[in-house]
Amino acid sequence: MRYSFLTLAREALSGHRGWRPLWRDAAPRGRYEVVIVGAGGHGLATAYYLARNHGITDVAVLEKGWLGGGNTARNTTIVRSNYLWDESAALYEHSLKLWEGLAEELDFNLMFSQRGVLNLAHNLHDVREGRRRVEANRRNGIDAEWLGPAEVKKLCPPIDVSPTARYPVLGATLQRRGGVARHDAVAWGYARAADARGVDIVENCEVTGFRIEAGRVRGVETTRGYIAANRVGLVAAGHSSVLAALAGFRLPIQSHPLQALVSEPLKPVLPCVVMSNAVHVYVSQSDKGELVIGAGIDAYNSYAQRGAFHVIESQMGALLELFPTFSRLKMMRSWGGIVDVCPDASPIIGKTPIENLFINCGWGTGGFKATPGSGWVFAHLLATGEPHPLAAPFALERFSTGVLVDEHGAAAVAH
Amino acid sequence: MSQPFRLPAGGLIDRTRTIRFVFAGRAYHGHVGDTLASALLANGIHFVARSFKYHRPRGIVSAGPEEPNALVQLGLGPHEEPNARATTVELYDGLVAAPVNAWPSLRFDVGAATGLAAPLLVPGFYYKTFKGPLWRPLFEPLIRRMAGLGTAPTEPDGDRYERMNAHCDVLVVGAGPAGLEAALEAARTGARVVIACDAPLLGGTLVDRAERAEWLANAVAELSASKDVRILVRTTIFGYYDDNYLCGVERAASGEPGPRERLWKIRAGRVVLATGAHERPLVFADNDRPGIMLASAARAYIHRFGVAPGRRAVVFANNDDGLSVERDLAAAGVEVAAVLDLRDGEAVVATEGRRRLRRVETASGRRIDCDLLVVSGGWNPAVHLFCQAGGTLRWDDRLAAFLPDRARQKLEIVGAAAGEGLSPPGNALSVPPRRRRAKCFVDYQTDTTADDIALAAQEGMRSVEHMKRYTTAGLGTDQGKTGNVAAFVLLAAARGVSPAETGTTTFRPPYTPVTFGAIAGRDVGALADPVRTTPLHDEHVAAGAVFEDVGQWKRPRYYPRAGEDMEAAVARECRAVRESLGMLDASTLGKIVLQGPDVGSFLDRIYTGRMSTLAVGRCRYGIMCRDDGMVFDDGVVARLDKERWLVSTTTGNAASVLDWFEEWLQTEWTELDVSCTSVTEHWAVVTFAGPRAPALFPELGDMRPMRVVETTLDGIPARIATVSFTGGPSFEVSVPAPYAEALWRAGLAAGAVPFGTEAMHVLRAEMGYFMVGQETDGSTTPLDLGLERLVAWDKEFLGRRSLRRPAHALSGRRQLVGLKPVAPVIEGAQIEPGPGHVTSSYRTAVLAMVANGRARIGEEVNVLFEGRRVAARIVEPRFASPGSAPVPGPPLNVTMPQMAATPMASVRAAPEALERLLGLRPETPNSVAEGDGFRILWLGPDEFLIVGEADLSGTRNVDVTFNREILHIADRGILAKGCGLDLDPRAFPPGRCAQTLLARAQVILEARPEEMLVYVRRSYARYLQDWLADAARR
Repeated sequence: MRYSFLTLAREALSGHRGWRPLWRDAAPRGRYEVVIVGAGGHGLATAYYLARNHGITDVAVLEKGWLGGGNTARNTTIVRSNYLWDESAALYEHSLKLWEGLAEELDFNLMFSQRGVLNLAHNLHDVREGRRRVEANRRNGIDAEWLGPAEVKKLCPPIDVSPTARYPVLGATLQRRGGVARHDAVAWGYARAADARGVDIVENCEVTGFRIEAGRVRGVETTRGYIAANRVGLVAAGHSSVLAALAGFRLPIQSHPLQALVSEPLKPVLPCVVMSNAVHVYVSQSDKGELVIGAGIDAYNSYAQRGAFHVIESQMGALLELFPTFSRLKMMRSWGGIVDVCPDASPIIGKTPIENLFINCGWGTGGFKATPGSGWVFAHLLATGEPHPLAAPFALERFSTGVLVDEHGAAAVAH
Repeated sequence: MSQPFRLPAGGLIDRTRTIRFVFAGRAYHGHVGDTLASALLANGIHFVARSFKYHRPRGIVSAGPEEPNALVQLGLGPHEEPNARATTVELYDGLVAAPVNAWPSLRFDVGAATGLAAPLLVPGFYYKTFKGPLWRPLFEPLIRRMAGLGTAPTEPDGDRYERMNAHCDVLVVGAGPAGLEAALEAARTGARVVIACDAPLLGGTLVDRAERAEWLANAVAELSASKDVRILVRTTIFGYYDDNYLCGVERAASGEPGPRERLWKIRAGRVVLATGAHERPLVFADNDRPGIMLASAARAYIHRFGVAPGRRAVVFANNDDGLSVERDLAAAGVEVAAVLDLRDGEAVVATEGRRRLRRVETASGRRIDCDLLVVSGGWNPAVHLFCQAGGTLRWDDRLAAFLPDRARQKLEIVGAAAGEGLSPPGNALSVPPRRRRAKCFVDYQTDTTADDIALAAQEGMRSVEHMKRYTTAGLGTDQGKTGNVAAFVLLAAARGVSPAETGTTTFRPPYTPVTFGAIAGRDVGALADPVRTTPLHDEHVAAGAVFEDVGQWKRPRYYPRAGEDMEAAVARECRAVRESLGMLDASTLGKIVLQGPDVGSFLDRIYTGRMSTLAVGRCRYGIMCRDDGMVFDDGVVARLDKERWLVSTTTGNAASVLDWFEEWLQTEWTELDVSCTSVTEHWAVVTFAGPRAPALFPELGDMRPMRVVETTLDGIPARIATVSFTGGPSFEVSVPAPYAEALWRAGLAAGAVPFGTEAMHVLRAEMGYFMVGQETDGSTTPLDLGLERLVAWDKEFLGRRSLRRPAHALSGRRQLVGLKPVAPVIEGAQIEPGPGHVTSSYRTAVLAMVANGRARIGEEVNVLFEGRRVAARIVEPRFASPGSAPVPGPPLNVTMPQMAATPMASVRAAPEALERLLGLRPETPNSVAEGDGFRILWLGPDEFLIVGEADLSGTRNVDVTFNREILHIADRGILAKGCGLDLDPRAFPPGRCAQTLLARAQVILEARPEEMLVYVRRSYARYLQDWLADAARR
């Protein structure tokens, strides 16, 4: 059923009895051409592009919990492509271009809102890095502007740009095409579109092992029985290293809790996304009216989706340093996700030591924005067995060859 | 004055004190002891809000923190607060409140027009529509305006906030009968007890139901009289974190001076959760009209506030406790028109009344006029904190509720929170509507109806988490306290399974919303982050320096004289260094003393170059890499003695380098005998640079570059190193921090021109010296910087293996070069053909990192920035060649002040060895031994701080007398505002010491009989003094 105002109106007249499930409650079959482990945004996008770009629909996406319940449900929904290095810029810009037509393509309003992303500079080093990023982005065909403090204030009135602040705002980069999207809708939109093309999405189905023969993967053991597959793709974010261990190889990944929180809903007050590296906080306002606020990772490694309160304390100090008028707003809900961080803060997309077992992970604190592009290139890998040109620089081998794509600097607030 | 619904007697309000308040533009009166909600009800006002989505008139449902409807915009200007719950706002004189989400007024709200489109506004309607190009320009702004409740204040906060740490044996959360009993029991054992209660008064339901008044009075009296019981009223424990660490927020009573709210961080040995239960409404047609209220709320308004919630009531419940509210109503003079027991098939199936309930219709067809409908759908134990602590729940059919099952932390859950004493409801929580279109609300605040949940299930939202996200049930400011369980039950019913199978959504902190300001505490404004200053800071301020932030440090960037702009000042400063004499405050650079027989081999492993061959009295420049082979930091290593070395680091990396050293020494290279001691703040450093510098030190005039001597200046120990970061002669002079001013003034007297970081950067760029973080960006190797000569491949060092990886043999790596552009270019500009970028750009020197740059010297390139293109030539990165010939000038004539200071030394030794040498040692780590004229603080496994005069010969020690300042604090309560340790004298008696955090500064605490000593790093002392002064004031 195509979604539109017309179908909505028709359903309203008939008591909304005609709506069908967005995706089927599929029971796993015994064999698939491709099994994708992890039904988050990246896994579901992979399934969708396998079907759409490569005509492969004999696909199961296995999810140990509820679909989209990991980092897809826990991130701060920021979308941008202003990465420093050419390799990252190409990948994230491909993703951003997909975002721009995605709601219509998926027939699902993802509430993608290109309201602009500001990265504030608070010291001379920030200014230098910001201006470098602007110029590098422009060379890569990515929209980027450098703003002075007065322009920052004009674009985003609640920011305090006074020179007497502890860390005054000296300027900012702006990517106008950046913004936010409704995170759950991304998972649901891809799930619905993949399901419509015949993909089985199997929830409450945890992978407990891999069947590997002669160095080649044959299938996965799950809590719902053995499932054979010609090719298997792992897209499990913070738990990637757990899956890799089950398959018998190691990843250069550290899993950390990353917390975020929202305020109570408010009438519009913050027109764009604001990120600050030096003061260490990022914030936007959701369409529902909540301020969505994130900061740095918890220092310790963990698989528990909860963090420590002192991280929230420093996050709030940072927020109020930028927005003193937000002091009387209230934190309504806080949560944590587990992010998978690579030594160079770039993802791993590629082959593993096991034949026909592929991996897509290491997106760290910034994977949400990459969802469409990540699915696109990973589907290519699963379909053809060879990396998509955009993904080639992100192979696992780079940690032995040393050809790293170090985005620590460009990642801004570790995001 | 009239409060028509105020009962003639009863309640805990102070009837002698009448206060005035304004709601929705009209003035009313209430009493001290009222909440805004009770005062409104006393005035007959039920209709106080409009709902989130349909803008339906809404009334006061509850009398506590679970309130879904009665949200108001409270206060004005710097005291404005959005989304305050009228049921918990204590009334004060002059209170001004307005409804949220209603325009132009509560009565005539244009938003109510959305009600007409209600059939279209089903869950997820916005996912199915507005997908096209009109989303951003039209629909999104419309949705954003419609959504949201209150308005963010536009003025900075007029109040301040406090933080407090507390420790106890037993923390009791909740002060109803179960909580009071637990607190009494614990108090009688002599335990340290904290009891926290979110209401202004202890008693909980005993107050709301006017029961057991005498027992309550005795309990409160006993607890108040117990020395080790801390009673926190108006305090909501909102978060239960790991290791029995709980956070709460205490609100000041109105008019109370001091902070508006106080964040409590409580570490408890054992926790008793007596958090009670929330009554839930029933789900039936149009169950949201003003005048429909929970039975528990009706009781509270009658007994706690002396307010009749209506004149003529209908009671509708599925449990005995709910039905029994009839007696309270009758006793308060409210006519009870009907009592409907859902278990007998009696039910309300329709309600009428636009802005206030007028009539209900029952299943048996009766139409009953009433202005109050009291409902009860049973109780949900408040298991929020229990679940935050990792506890699991089980579904209980008898109570139709989720009850605590297994606890994960050291806690007990008691009373109603554990399901004890709750009145079992009939199973039904909802009643089918008579008319198909009638709305049966499950979650009032988010306007989620029973139909919405059924539709979500129909659309495949089978998980409670999907249902929540799709319908938004439970996502309001009340986080579904009244509505969630009904939503879960309805979803289970739609799926044909038990609620035990669907379960609940995750309970997340906070229990109720917490003010941002309270979480930030005093870490705002000037105290947002420590300002670190050098001992010369006042000199710089007096000289009119313009500062830059380098990490937390304030460093002088340049010293403009009258009429000078930055360019002129910097040019003058540079000229002084090149032609005569400049002086720089270099105190911020990190300084680490390394001692032990293995320092040489340790430094060989740390630096790319070889350090072990360094002779005593010599300095060597070195680079250290991370294990990925990328440049991490650089600096000069000086060998002061056979087994005593001094490493300098960049300003920004001082702490990271020390951590890096310790990490390798403690975890990987445990066979090496090396001790590291930071002396960054013990020494102040002034660099005298320029051809006249040698003349300052006639007795050292022939000292060659890269030498170091330990000497004295006017009898004070000093260290002089011939190390240059600017080219040309340079003498780096270190003196103990308090003598820096005398040294600086002597420099001025000798004609030295102060120069700041900007001139320093220009001068080093002219020499082609790279800056960590400016030329390097975490992807730069020593080879990229052209510094292969600093890499000793024939030894092991961190990063060596990585540097041998194939990537570093590939062509195309960015390499450090100079640029000669035809016009000024900006830092960050891109280079074509590239890739490459400008890293440093000054009038006299431009540095860049350019692909294969070393092989492209002489090549013409373009520099691109701001849409422009500037031609440039790649050149060697060297723009100046200052001579080394000294120029005559006056010598440095320093007169050091007299001052007395308690000596402090860091000693590294095994405890037994220390005892042999000094005759005593502390008994345990973190304790103090007192000797004759000195004290020994045991800080780390082999680390001691000796305070006072002691003969330390034969020990491995470092003088750190001036590394820290000692602050004397009599009131431990002030320290508890910024220190997480248990500072109770029983836990931290005299003779104890600890290294910890106080506010945002690292400190050593030492308990003395009369006071606490706080040893703070000198550069943080000003910050900490400001912090302490602020904490003492409030």
